[in-house]
Amino acid sequence: MTETPEKVAGVEVGERRISIPGFTEEGENLAAATNAADRHSHGGLGESAKELMSGSGSRGNRHIGFDLTGFPEPTGREEEWRFTPLKKLAGVLSDLPTANAGTDREPVDYQVTEGLEGVVVSTLRDGEAPRGAVLQPADRAAVVAYKNVEQALHIKVTEGTEVAEPIRVDITGKQAGSRANSHVVLEAEPNSKAVFVIEHRGSADFNGNVEITVGEGATVDVISLQRWNNDAVHVGQHDAEVGKDATYKHVAVTLGGEVVRVNSNFRYAAEGAEAEMYGLYFADAGQHIEHRTFVDHNAPRNTSNVLYKGALQGKTARTVWIGDVLIRKEAEGTDSYEKNQNLVLTDGARADSVPNLEIETGLIEGAGHASSTGRFDDNHLFYLMSRGIPEDIARQLVVRGFLHEILQKIEVPAIQESLAEDLERELQIHGN
Amino acid sequence: MSTLEIKDLHVSIETEQGTKDILKGVSLTINSGEIHAIMGPNGSGKSTLASTIAGHPRYEVTNGEILLDGEDVLEMGPDERAQAGLFLAMQYPVEVPGVSMTNFLRTAKTAIDGEAPKLRTWAKEVREAMEKLRIDADFANRNVNEGFSGGEKKRVEILQLELFKPKFAVLDETDSGLDIDALRVVSEGVNRAHDDNDMGTLLITHYTRILNYIKPDYVHVFVDGKVAEQGGPDLADELEANGYDRFLAAAAA
Repeated sequence: MTETPEKVAGVEVGERRISIPGFTEEGENLAAATNAADRHSHGGLGESAKELMSGSGSRGNRHIGFDLTGFPEPTGREEEWRFTPLKKLAGVLSDLPTANAGTDREPVDYQVTEGLEGVVVSTLRDGEAPRGAVLQPADRAAVVAYKNVEQALHIKVTEGTEVAEPIRVDITGKQAGSRANSHVVLEAEPNSKAVFVIEHRGSADFNGNVEITVGEGATVDVISLQRWNNDAVHVGQHDAEVGKDATYKHVAVTLGGEVVRVNSNFRYAAEGAEAEMYGLYFADAGQHIEHRTFVDHNAPRNTSNVLYKGALQGKTARTVWIGDVLIRKEAEGTDSYEKNQNLVLTDGARADSVPNLEIETGLIEGAGHASSTGRFDDNHLFYLMSRGIPEDIARQLVVRGFLHEILQKIEVPAIQESLAEDLERELQIHGN
Repeated sequence: MSTLEIKDLHVSIETEQGTKDILKGVSLTINSGEIHAIMGPNGSGKSTLASTIAGHPRYEVTNGEILLDGEDVLEMGPDERAQAGLFLAMQYPVEVPGVSMTNFLRTAKTAIDGEAPKLRTWAKEVREAMEKLRIDADFANRNVNEGFSGGEKKRVEILQLELFKPKFAVLDETDSGLDIDALRVVSEGVNRAHDDNDMGTLLITHYTRILNYIKPDYVHVFVDGKVAEQGGPDLADELEANGYDRFLAAAAA
């Protein structure tokens, strides 16, 4: 696999596939024209000041807000929707409450780990802090979920608490096509340490927001597993704010679901933090799996790393990864890297991969991005075969190794093993 | 007693500018227990010879043959060559993400021997071999070559050489990028494999430095895809004193 976009079944993939004004292979001129129609107000600095800095198409100027009128029904021409099969998302983009809310026929069941020392589980109404302190709805899906959740689940790890076992939120859909809104607030107070696991299973039209506060000096892993049935629809926005000298890791693993679109973002509260986002997805025929990541280097001297890896098999398998990194003028001393790799296992599948990097200051440690899509690497195969390993076994090792690199980031052995078994089942469908 | 014979080998590669001939008739015979050094300037085809012996798909053999105890090596895939007893220590060992060293070593050993190594003795053997090469025990849990320094990768190549016990090893510039301590440790590993298994060795190098640690029986000078001269260890000393100039001048004439 070379570090350049390649052709899949004769069709250009990656950012070369569609030509958009101001959108080069490097993706660094996104500011030019892509969001020229954006006339909404923005968080932070006033719009005019921002436009002077980087133009209205900058990722930092994308509309965010809690007002539904700011997010009209998308047409599919918008930058943030142009890869997404909108027809299939009608059920989660409409401004509707959770079906049968408050009854035992709600479409989604929640199970939360309880009874852990130093961990407080409660609920938050709109306006009740810290709900809405970190999450900034950035598309229509996120805002309709936000306003249609009356009581958000709130899990707080108190200051200095180190939680040994994972804190689980099991979200199980009980009815395909039935609408569920969700909002989860995860809060790690200063110098605490916790692993949160959010596992989605079953079937539903699920629209779920997650916001994460990582306090000063805290260490937080958020593992979001999308293991839906093949008739489920899932849209979600996961926003984190990473505190001073904190460590944050977000891992998204998407194996199941008909359409899954998870947008994972983080920004910083101060300096000295290390934040990472990892992703693993496996798309079969009929699946659309989309991940969007946005790293907002809004403060100096922080480190970020993003690695998403995907495998595709079957004629209509479809994946999308859009990785935005914005290094703002004030973010001096930033060290940032993002990479997406897609392994195309059969003909006919299609992977889109768009790394976007905007840099507003030259005073940084590093900023890199890479993307590759193709068959597995022949050099890996040759190395293993030159050690006597037969081609079929070498192929298996290379393909599994490619995927397991992300599983190794999940430091919960039981989850690693369980996901490895699921991957094994996926791989056997096409004899890989 | 085994013999590796290379007879009138011609090899070309496909480049963007078209087909390029690299090896233009190489003949060499290596017997068990012998150490042959191949020296020569950059671009003379030394590494091409190494990769061709191992069966890298990029190199096309247009003429000649390679025989291992009379068996046609060119008919074998890279895996079959390793199973038959050939080993290439690569100049640039490849990182394989997500595959642990432990898993890799066991899988390869199983493929080469045709049966899985005995669990208890194997673990001990790996641990002891790592200690001798001063490889940190933690490396066993890491992914193949991932994040290893240049010197660490070379040590791990020699670790495999000691564990897999090939009949013939080709060392492709194993000495490049090694500091003096690492060079000694790696050389000791090669000498152990040589003494313990009566291994035949084809040692490819730019420099005579490694020949202070691994003593060759024969030295071959490669120039422009052919063996320009061969001799005993004295030839290496002469190269150290005079460089490749006289060979290059002869090739240009």
